[in-house]
Amino acid sequence: MNFRLLKDKILSKLMLVFTLASVSLLVIIGIGLYYKSIPIIHRLSWGELITSSIWKPLKGLFGFFPFIMGTLWVTAIAIIIALPLCLLTALYIVEYAPVRVKRILTPFVNLLSGIPPVIFGVWGVLFIIPLIQIYIAPHFVEFSTGYSVLAGGIVLAVMIFPLIVSIISEVLRTIPQELKDASLSLGATKWETIKKVILRKALPGIIAAAVLAISRAFGETIAVLMVCGNNAVVPHSVFDPGYPLPALIANNYGEMLSIPLYDSALMFAALLLFIIILLFNIISRVILARLERKLAA
Amino acid sequence: MKGRKLEELFFRVLMVLATILVAGSFFLIVGTVFFKGFHYMNLDMITKTPGGGFYIGKEGGVLNAIVGSFYVAGGATILGLLVSIPVAIFINLYMDGKRFLSNTIRMAFDVLFGIPSIVYGAFGFLIMVYFGIRASLLGGIIAVTLLVIPILVRTLDEVIRTVPFELRDAALSLGSTRWETAKVVLRQIRPGIFTAILLSFGRAIGDVASVLFTAGFSDNVPTSLHEPAATLPLAIFFQLGSPVEEVQGRGYASALILTIIVLIITILSDILIKKFSKHKI
Repeated sequence: MNFRLLKDKILSKLMLVFTLASVSLLVIIGIGLYYKSIPIIHRLSWGELITSSIWKPLKGLFGFFPFIMGTLWVTAIAIIIALPLCLLTALYIVEYAPVRVKRILTPFVNLLSGIPPVIFGVWGVLFIIPLIQIYIAPHFVEFSTGYSVLAGGIVLAVMIFPLIVSIISEVLRTIPQELKDASLSLGATKWETIKKVILRKALPGIIAAAVLAISRAFGETIAVLMVCGNNAVVPHSVFDPGYPLPALIANNYGEMLSIPLYDSALMFAALLLFIIILLFNIISRVILARLERKLAA
Repeated sequence: MKGRKLEELFFRVLMVLATILVAGSFFLIVGTVFFKGFHYMNLDMITKTPGGGFYIGKEGGVLNAIVGSFYVAGGATILGLLVSIPVAIFINLYMDGKRFLSNTIRMAFDVLFGIPSIVYGAFGFLIMVYFGIRASLLGGIIAVTLLVIPILVRTLDEVIRTVPFELRDAALSLGSTRWETAKVVLRQIRPGIFTAILLSFGRAIGDVASVLFTAGFSDNVPTSLHEPAATLPLAIFFQLGSPVEEVQGRGYASALILTIIVLIITILSDILIKKFSKHKI
């Protein structure tokens, strides 16, 4: 008898340690990355690192502004493309689609989310790049190789489709049927109900989905790296190449240890990503948790 | 009056078009990869390691990368399970009456899930430097384990929550300890554990950014944990960057192999989830 209790007690302590250790990973990652970025932060200060556009590692000049702008461009393009499309898709799946269509559609969203990033990259190179180079860009600019922030944005948009669709669908399902019925019985059309009741109710959830998608897009590495052109200048149009932060880290790991301060600079890039994504994630998770609690109440 | 109907129709058409585009993008991607990769596909690709001159278009295959990927993903999933099963049990069975705390822990794992793999890769690299481990199978497994722990914990947590409270109460009221109750629960969720394994394996096998610094690359199948290991996504990435057409073609074929592996895993886990929800009490 005592042995059983003892076993339970020991195991419970052990599990507590496992839980604390894996949760504290969040803090440890932050500390580890910060510790490694200290040399460069001391050399150049946060402000200079973030606002300078000069990237000359051999001369000890590390300005992250072009990379931050590259990240912002591709992320903005991705969310501008993906959010309306996914909102419409989620509305259709939840509000309009017959059960049979629903049953066929859901697996595809699932399958899409299972496709590895590198495959999206391959698809981007094979499909999106030629599409932009031959069919889209000539209408707007004189010449484009296709490798551009637009290509990165489109590939990213497709990558975040499943995430946004599944979160928004879940949010839409939480809206009480009575509310919709009340609106419909007052003579509103289905679309009017969506516009004036459902969307208004679902707004926080939609924002949370968008924020989560943005943070996902921020950190996506390989697919974007393959189609973005990777040129360390601030992009001025969607057809310019860009060089997002994750691509910078991934592309330069080879030389990282041979140039002084370079490894510190790359760890600083990882730290920047980590901080931004951490904040965005916490914001959206808090919104979503609040929605859930409201529903439970 | 007519305007309202017209607006309804307009948005309805728009929704259907959007849905077709979103669901169709899956076919577009898989179709493109099949179309391009099939042409370069042959038996050598999956049965041979790169021969001499492989990277200038001579013979060989990507067996090294396929096996390496399975090693990394398998090792990480096993290590991840060892950590996440206790965590999932702890949150659900040992934290009664501490709902705020357990929900905070859940949210922490949600946030960890959102951390991109490149950050895990960079952090894994820091760990390796700290312990003096070189780019190797072991390094890759460590980094990918960090990546899959949140996936495993979230999935297992959701599965355990589907086990009815009555079952736990019954076990506890018969005088079993919490750990003995946990064993009952674990038996209930066995299919759910398989789903979690598949999800984690699928994510691990397709990820590049986490193994980029940590696993290295090698033309041989690794025979020990301390040897560098090639991984399939990385092989695709390298081959596509080659100027030689033959090598690029093999990159497409490798992409096809990876796509097929991942699709099989996703479909299997889908079937399992359906089965699981059918048989649960």
